[in-house]
Amino acid sequence: MATIVGGVGCSHVPAVGAAIDKGRTADPYWAPYFAKLDRARAWMAEADPDVCLVVYNDHANAFSLEVVPTFAIGLADEFPVADEGYGPRPVPTVHGHPDLAWHLAESLILDEFDMTLVNEMPVDHGLTVPLSVMYGQPEAWPCRVIPLCVNVVQYPPPTGRRCYALGRAIRRAVEAYEGGERVVVLGTGGMSHQLQSERAGLINVEFDTAFLDGLVADPDAVARIPHVEYLREAGSEGIELVMWLVMRGALSPTVHEVYRATHVPTSNTHNGLLVLEEG
Amino acid sequence: MPAARDYDDIPGTIVFDSRRSRRGYALNKFLMSLNDAANRDAFRADEAAYLDRFALDDEQRAAVLGRDWLRLLEVGGNVYYTYKLAACDGMTFQDLAGHQTGMTAEQFAEMMRAGGRSPEGNRHRREWEGR
Repeated sequence: MATIVGGVGCSHVPAVGAAIDKGRTADPYWAPYFAKLDRARAWMAEADPDVCLVVYNDHANAFSLEVVPTFAIGLADEFPVADEGYGPRPVPTVHGHPDLAWHLAESLILDEFDMTLVNEMPVDHGLTVPLSVMYGQPEAWPCRVIPLCVNVVQYPPPTGRRCYALGRAIRRAVEAYEGGERVVVLGTGGMSHQLQSERAGLINVEFDTAFLDGLVADPDAVARIPHVEYLREAGSEGIELVMWLVMRGALSPTVHEVYRATHVPTSNTHNGLLVLEEG
Repeated sequence: MPAARDYDDIPGTIVFDSRRSRRGYALNKFLMSLNDAANRDAFRADEAAYLDRFALDDEQRAAVLGRDWLRLLEVGGNVYYTYKLAACDGMTFQDLAGHQTGMTAEQFAEMMRAGGRSPEGNRHRREWEGR
């Protein structure tokens, strides 16, 4: 059977991608942040997964308001890198794993998660920045990637509890797959940030720290955080943190925290990076 | 008209819910079109003529042409869609966020370097009364 070998929580700040793409990682502004990635990258190189299942949200690139899927899974052989309004990021094309992705889709739907099936879509910074954070700048991504998109742009996103339950269903589906693939699940976005209106710039280190502590040790409690609390405490875009619960749900009930790093600021965001192994 | 929401009490925050999405559908459709390089060129060449392709109302049209970034959200723009226009103008996301707060870009960047805006005093509308 396929196995989940670990989980990664990772913010997906576009400016981090731009700093990598434009060779600015040694700039005084960026160097302290990038210094915190080495340990996570070393873990990823050691884990060397066959497949990364990346839970992220599209930012008006693959999807528009014409159709807003709450949960969507990418089934294609490859996913082009999106032009988000300023040209595509200069990163490798993302190669999918259609066989495992279709297995997940079928399993999840029969497990009562009504996935939207996506055979063609570009992937944006929500997916490619976490790959860059974990892998740097390889000529080709060293793993297959299954994109799993969660709507967090059009209110309301799915609840934390629903995301956590989806993660657990993903675990069941992966373990029922006949291949021997080793899978890392990435939950992306967050932590606290607000990109809009007069309250833009909100950062709440206390909330984020409690979220990370709870995600590791008591995810059932974290899954019950209501949307209004994310919006008030973590900012209007901090609600992306529900996607970390998909990752956590896919792991064993107890986990080993391998590494945690946080950094303020990366552009407008309290950046989080969390590496978990099966307990 | 939908009932008041529990998050309406959060100051300085426009949650992109059904109220905003219904108001902003055509506006966001225009903003989304700027993902296409040819459309960006056409928009830059003649903004008013390009906007004629979309069913914007007068307030939305004025907010686009005037680059009134906070107003764009008030008339139904979603922040990620709105960023397409800001990027078309060569702005960063931090530039866009900063403009909406009434601070200069440098003031906003400095606030972020200093750790960002504290949640203290910024959770409830009553805390902003008299600002």
